[in-house]
Amino acid sequence: MSEWHDDIFDCLHEAGVRQVAYVPDAGHARLINRCQEANNMRALSLTTEEDGIALLAGAWLGGDKGVLLMQSSGVGNTINMLSLVKTCQFPLVTLVTMRGEWGEWNTWQVPMGQTTQQHFEVAGVICYRCDRPEDVQETVSTALRFAYYTNSAVAVLLGQRLIGAKIFAED
Amino acid sequence: MADMLNRRDVVAKLLAGPREDLLVVTGLGQCAYDCFAAGDDPRTFYLWGAMGGAVPMGMGLAVAQPEKRVLVVTGDGELLMGLGALAAAAAEGLPNLAVAVIDNERYGETGQQQTATGRGTDIAGIAAAAGFAATKLVAAEADVAEGVRLCREAQGPVLVTFKVDHESQEMALPPKDGAFLKTRFRQAVVGKI
Repeated sequence: MSEWHDDIFDCLHEAGVRQVAYVPDAGHARLINRCQEANNMRALSLTTEEDGIALLAGAWLGGDKGVLLMQSSGVGNTINMLSLVKTCQFPLVTLVTMRGEWGEWNTWQVPMGQTTQQHFEVAGVICYRCDRPEDVQETVSTALRFAYYTNSAVAVLLGQRLIGAKIFAED
Repeated sequence: MADMLNRRDVVAKLLAGPREDLLVVTGLGQCAYDCFAAGDDPRTFYLWGAMGGAVPMGMGLAVAQPEKRVLVVTGDGELLMGLGALAAAAAEGLPNLAVAVIDNERYGETGQQQTATGRGTDIAGIAAAAGFAATKLVAAEADVAEGVRLCREAQGPVLVTFKVDHESQEMALPPKDGAFLKTRFRQAVVGKI
């Protein structure tokens, strides 16, 4: 597995992230494992993405920095809950693995994947994009600083070209 | 209706006593008004929207503040919108998290339409099946004190459903400036903005 997952973990560690909310995701699997094993982080498994938005707001109320790991297909689930972030000016960092774009195989991933950035931007979330492994560290560390210092909502979109398209046996 | 519990009375009992170590997240609507009527405190965060978010918000707060009690006070309609969070809260096993469901079997803000709890759904039963450490259904005055004790003291995650009437209550509106609510909460609990 490539090193960029470890770069993200190092960024979270250095930023003092304590709560890592996630929904299951193959693209984030290695990062999720590392966060689960870390003594100074708590990885929290959720059943739907919008719960992660609310959970991180609660974490911030209690003094914890957090991030939300999800896949582009779940971004649509978060729209109404993002009103909490905007209205209260909570910082938010979400790291989104992209589907439905570079090399996609599953038609059902395309509608959400092709409109992820638009949905986020309409909901008030600033988007940073990463398509090359050498950009991941700088982009994620910048997103973390920007969000926590300015009470902003930032999504880092980790492109499918970076992650690698899922290949099915029947291909 | 005379024999049913009054929501303001139940919430006042839930929030009675010193508040320094009690962090409250309210669901939107009547539960926010009930908590405000029971006595405003900077350690209470009132939701005015974000329906379905009260329990997960309480989860993040409970992880961040393990020495304090986190009490989510929410309605049956709000909770039914995010039932998956009960599974997540149970799986995480948060010992300082309690959820008080003020269950009037109605969507009170939108015209008193019946919720599923008025048609047989038992939220405390769902929480028990999800794996909550303690659950209780309180429908009579004699059981209120035990329900309150579970919410305030028992090893969590706890969920108690209080069956209340759906009589209208005196108006009591908390602040709705979300940034203000966030900032005063963090000042009181974390000591910084």
